[in-house]
Amino acid sequence: MKNNILIIGGGPAGLEASAQLQRMGYNVILIERSPKLGGHLAKWDRLFPDRVPADEVLRSLLDATEGVKCFTDTDIRAINRLDKSYNVRLTNGITVLSDAVLVASGFDLFNAVRKEEYGYGIYNQVMTNADLEAYFRTGEDRRIENPRKVGFVHCVGSRDEKAGCRSCSKVCCATAVKQAIEMKQAFPEAEVFCFYMDLRLFGRHYEDLYLEAQKEYGVRFIRGRVAEVSENFDGTLLVKAEDTVASKPLKVTLDLLVLMAGMRPSASGKALGELLGMNVEDDGYFAVRSGIAAGQRSQQPGIFLAGAATGPKTLPETLADARAAAMEVDRYLTEVFPDARNYKQLVKERW
Amino acid sequence: MVDFGFGLVPSSRINLDLFDKGKYEELAALEPDVRICMACGSCTAVCTAGKFEPTSLREAIEDIKNARADKALQMLEPCQLCGKCSMVCPRGINTRHLILSINKIYSEK
Repeated sequence: MKNNILIIGGGPAGLEASAQLQRMGYNVILIERSPKLGGHLAKWDRLFPDRVPADEVLRSLLDATEGVKCFTDTDIRAINRLDKSYNVRLTNGITVLSDAVLVASGFDLFNAVRKEEYGYGIYNQVMTNADLEAYFRTGEDRRIENPRKVGFVHCVGSRDEKAGCRSCSKVCCATAVKQAIEMKQAFPEAEVFCFYMDLRLFGRHYEDLYLEAQKEYGVRFIRGRVAEVSENFDGTLLVKAEDTVASKPLKVTLDLLVLMAGMRPSASGKALGELLGMNVEDDGYFAVRSGIAAGQRSQQPGIFLAGAATGPKTLPETLADARAAAMEVDRYLTEVFPDARNYKQLVKERW
Repeated sequence: MVDFGFGLVPSSRINLDLFDKGKYEELAALEPDVRICMACGSCTAVCTAGKFEPTSLREAIEDIKNARADKALQMLEPCQLCGKCSMVCPRGINTRHLILSINKIYSEK
């Protein structure tokens, strides 16, 4: 029997899980609310630590989903649990009877406008990490015209209780170092500064990237959070921080300031969670069933989670999570689901 | 270390053995926020007094933890309690209140 599996979210997690489950012989239906598959990956230029083109990675993910039924521009209108399965009505008019649902709703980038003191949307020369990636993809941005001094602000909308974002977004440190290098490659004469509180370069090869930025590109790392930005008459920016290593307040005039907007729980994911009756934790990300070993099971039988829906993750982590979710779905559909008589007992024991 | 009984200058080394735990706990009971500072330096960066005199709440907290409450009090003396630091603190520390409490507790002989 070929079970139907509904996967919600066409980013890397959804794509990878689709490919895996399709290969296992399941009937996979993938829905994506935006017009295009790929999620944030489709908007990025190159990826840390090796700076491989994001398009290449996305291409290989898409190629592997051959045979998966994909619906873009599609959201969920209603969902209700039958005895064991889920009856899902999609916005494109199709109704799916699904034996398992995988939520891969991903993340939103923090809205940098909310950190008013950094002046995004107020001062011309302030941009975000996503804007800079768009520039690297297209070579076009009115803010970038041979900048001589560029600053990167780490932790924008991360580790900021006041903005309601306590958690570390995990990927911004490595992204900032990568973008700092790319900026130096594009504009070798430019001076580049990274303002950080802690550099969290935990992954394999990330430290190499950091070393490269210091050694080959002379990026200046300043330990201090940018506290205030103002615009000079000539359009340049006056940036203030404390150099906490020197224990001195610091100011520097920059031509361009890049804000490393962090990961926030996806707003559409939240709406979906309400529809599915799924709990979120204090940080806004979905709760898994229980504790550290629960893996990719949600608190609802038959509903699984993968990727950044359960907290900030790097791309390799997301893909590994998606593969693990595929395994969990398979285990559920082979061991628990088919046993009609003992289903409830099995869910109690094994979910 | 051998004590030769004299010294030309006081040691500038941080000596955690001199840390006054009792007093620090007294401060923390009154002002639990003192524990949550992550030393980002935002307060110091925007300090209006700091433009003219060395003034730094971040450093003052560090000094207290490093058994140099005397330096902490000195560091906070130019503070005008304008409260700019409380606006930028990412952990939402009530900085003015903390500064007053540090003064209250560590000024007592």
